Amino acid sequence: MSTRTPLGRARGLGSAKSGTGHWWAQRVTALALIPLVTWFVISMIVITGANHETALSFISSPINAVLLTLLIVATFYHGQLGLQVVIEDYIHTKWLEVTLILSVKGGAIFLGVASVYAVIAIALGG
Amino acid sequence: MATDNRPLSPHLQVYRPQLTSMLSILHRLTGIALAAGTLLLVWWLISAATGPTAFDTVQSFIGSIFGRILLLGWSFAIFYHLSNGIRHLVWDAGKGFELGTVYASGWLVVAASVALTVISWISAYVVLGGAG
Repeated sequence: MSTRTPLGRARGLGSAKSGTGHWWAQRVTALALIPLVTWFVISMIVITGANHETALSFISSPINAVLLTLLIVATFYHGQLGLQVVIEDYIHTKWLEVTLILSVKGGAIFLGVASVYAVIAIALGG
Repeated sequence: MATDNRPLSPHLQVYRPQLTSMLSILHRLTGIALAAGTLLLVWWLISAATGPTAFDTVQSFIGSIFGRILLLGWSFAIFYHLSNGIRHLVWDAGKGFELGTVYASGWLVVAASVALTVISWISAYVVLGGAG
């Protein structure tokens, strides 16, 4: 005999609350990051030691500006999900855990927005 | 609610180190390192948007011995986390769990990360040499 509610069975998430969404988002961003990181690493090697002018022309090229923006969004989204799990695993003092998770998420949003802003400013400023 | 000082498991100190557990913790460590490494990307982009002087400061930091050591660690972390991340996605698809396969894919990840790091650095120095 099952003690689970019909709604719980229909959702099929087990005891999960927001965990399934978190897990899935981490995998989807991981998949997106495979081509994005490969492109980024190759690009950085190609412009190794670039001066300011070369860097600006790289960043302001439309395809590079779009890929950089996608890379930034996927990286910070994936990164904050990962750091959240690390904090949840090792920090067992509730107030500290919540404070650290909120700091990580806030920091990821701040750095992500700042980076995207820099890319857009360069792309449109040229 | 007392949440401090609860007994925790697993008790890592009773286990002999294995390839599988070492690669597992390395995945997490490289993930943390890469999260910190994003600061370099953010600094690079913002300084490029700011102007030539700010950009030169970043470039000379990256080009310094300390900067190159950081970048070497960061590049290895990228290749390791990328390779082992793909290994994890294969596991998520429910494949590759046989003990022999787990060890083979583990060594493949180690070899791929080292090889990709070496190839990248040789390529970067070739580009630098060509530039002047």
